[in-house]
Amino acid sequence: MKEINKLSGIATPLDRVNLDTDQIIPKQFLKRIERTGFGNYLFYGWRFREDGTPNPSFILNNPQYEGSEILVASHNFGCGSSREHAPWALLDYGFKVIIAPSFADIFYNNCVKNGILPIRLNEASVRQLIKESTEHQKEVFINLEEQFIQYDTEEKITFDIDPYWKEMLLNGWDEIALTYQFEEQIAAYEKKHA
Amino acid sequence: MPKTIIEKVWNDHIVYEEKGKPDLLYIDLHLLHEVTSPQAFEGLRLNKRKVRRPDLSFATMDHNVPTKNRSNITDPVSRKQISTLAQNCKEFGVPLAHMDHPDQGIVHVIGPDLGLTQPGKTIVCGDSHTSTHGAFGALAFGIGTSEVEHVLSTQTLWQSKPKTMEIKVIGELGFGVTAKDVILAIISKFGVDVGTGHIVEYTGDAIRKFSMEERMTICNMSIEAGARAGLISPDEKTVEYLKGRAHVPDGGAFDALKNNWLSYATDEGASYDQTLEIHSNEIEPFVTWGTNPSMGSGISSAIPYASDYAEKSDREELKQALTYMDLKEGTPLSSIEIQHVFIGSCTNSRISDLREAAEVVKGKTVHPNVTALVVPGSFKVKLQAEKEGLHKIFEQAGFQWRESGCSMCLAMNDDIVPPGERCASTSNRNFEGRQGAGARTHLVSPVMAAAAAIKGHFVDVRNMLSVHA
Repeated sequence: MKEINKLSGIATPLDRVNLDTDQIIPKQFLKRIERTGFGNYLFYGWRFREDGTPNPSFILNNPQYEGSEILVASHNFGCGSSREHAPWALLDYGFKVIIAPSFADIFYNNCVKNGILPIRLNEASVRQLIKESTEHQKEVFINLEEQFIQYDTEEKITFDIDPYWKEMLLNGWDEIALTYQFEEQIAAYEKKHA
Repeated sequence: MPKTIIEKVWNDHIVYEEKGKPDLLYIDLHLLHEVTSPQAFEGLRLNKRKVRRPDLSFATMDHNVPTKNRSNITDPVSRKQISTLAQNCKEFGVPLAHMDHPDQGIVHVIGPDLGLTQPGKTIVCGDSHTSTHGAFGALAFGIGTSEVEHVLSTQTLWQSKPKTMEIKVIGELGFGVTAKDVILAIISKFGVDVGTGHIVEYTGDAIRKFSMEERMTICNMSIEAGARAGLISPDEKTVEYLKGRAHVPDGGAFDALKNNWLSYATDEGASYDQTLEIHSNEIEPFVTWGTNPSMGSGISSAIPYASDYAEKSDREELKQALTYMDLKEGTPLSSIEIQHVFIGSCTNSRISDLREAAEVVKGKTVHPNVTALVVPGSFKVKLQAEKEGLHKIFEQAGFQWRESGCSMCLAMNDDIVPPGERCASTSNRNFEGRQGAGARTHLVSPVMAAAAAIKGHFVDVRNMLSVHA
């Protein structure tokens, strides 16, 4: 996966609580056996009308947010299915950072394994960022190394992240290759439990 | 110090631990299916990696398989996904129950049925409903495809230890109230994210009295409460269920295994990070009316009003849900008419579910406005049901009797609810578009689904059941 550290750009607000992975990528697109090409189907049911034309009232079809790499969402983002097609679709579309008050566990894991930075911020900061991003297209600056986001003022809004996942994201490491370094321990465990 | 089953299973599987890092956990059983595995096998191929323990892996085809005209998959993309799994299993030596194999079925139905699922095991699958296996006292959870690849190549996973939560179901359930109603009531009461970052153990009198099938229904929907996993301490019922299963040893080896299994049960006096309680007498047959599994109520009640909610975000969520569902605040649940009934899915497609639904249906006729479908959870369940004549009861009433698979739970195959139509479904998710674009899903128990099929609208099934002494 690709490493991620600093990034700046406008944030796309998507103000729906408990946004599930069935909405992020509907099941009819899960039949493909590739990891790529899911971006066209991201939020398909909301992004397109029944005849397949773009739904102008959906935020991703607003030209002001074109090219945005940051998504700001509400609590329990990514709940439901374990489909990794959800982060694949987000990444393929161009989102590299997702900011929300909380994420569903499996979705959170799936993001970090694909080089997407999921940022948990307190509810008030997220509400404020959604408001600001809806009213004006704010330039948001993100720094993973120093764990803060910043927009408008000098004020830095800090966030927490597990140091292990932070290291993985900063370096874009292949987790399986890392785990191979524990071959001795794995073999010992297997021997003991055989 | 007394320990919970969660701590016992976790600690027993730590391969490596270091401060500031997640634990490296050993995985005892890896279940696979066609939808979330192709990219993982492809990753192995690209990096010239092998499957470390094919003997601890087991694959089947369930999500995408047709439930009629089994051999004829018309969609070329679906067909390719199915054949890809067969090729991958062959290439990497992973055992596979192909869609025509007698062991085939929904992955969470066949694991327990074959005795692959056992107390004290760590079990993963690229499917969020892996929590089902927790019914046996296994630590079972869903993973993404990157993690599937990681388990295939290392038989381990890096996992941060979740917090522990007890959900206690106090008292005895009333007549006609099922395990499905209990889990829907739990999610409705505590919310779809109450379990985030936690592993839940279900305890209490009602849980102890449940059969293994009922326990599976409860644990299955742990993910709908946001939990990483959900489980139940093993007891004699667990042992009895597993005895004689294909992958369970017999004789003296069984006795030793049995004692080991039972030793995983939570110790008297063990404590949890959090305990939640629900009283059985609060629970009646449930119907969801919204677009997430917490949006449901007892059959005797009505859809809430926005003004019932204090939080603005809750009021907005209600309005969005009711717009999608084309329902109005204050509508009595029993007045909602349905056009489809689906009895199936990893939540409710086991033989006991079909027996209970057949009991309601027997001698009656499906309402003329309703298309009703029974999809057994596995080949074996289907055969057993046919042996008992259940298929005749369903077919004579006007139900369609299908081959096993995930089917209309997620509508990846041809079993789709048309736009704007309403389905009483025994599955686990009522998200927008889940059963088809624009389709409206109401989650219920098998007996409630059966009753709705007959009446054409939701009814209190307790009025249709005869009381057995």
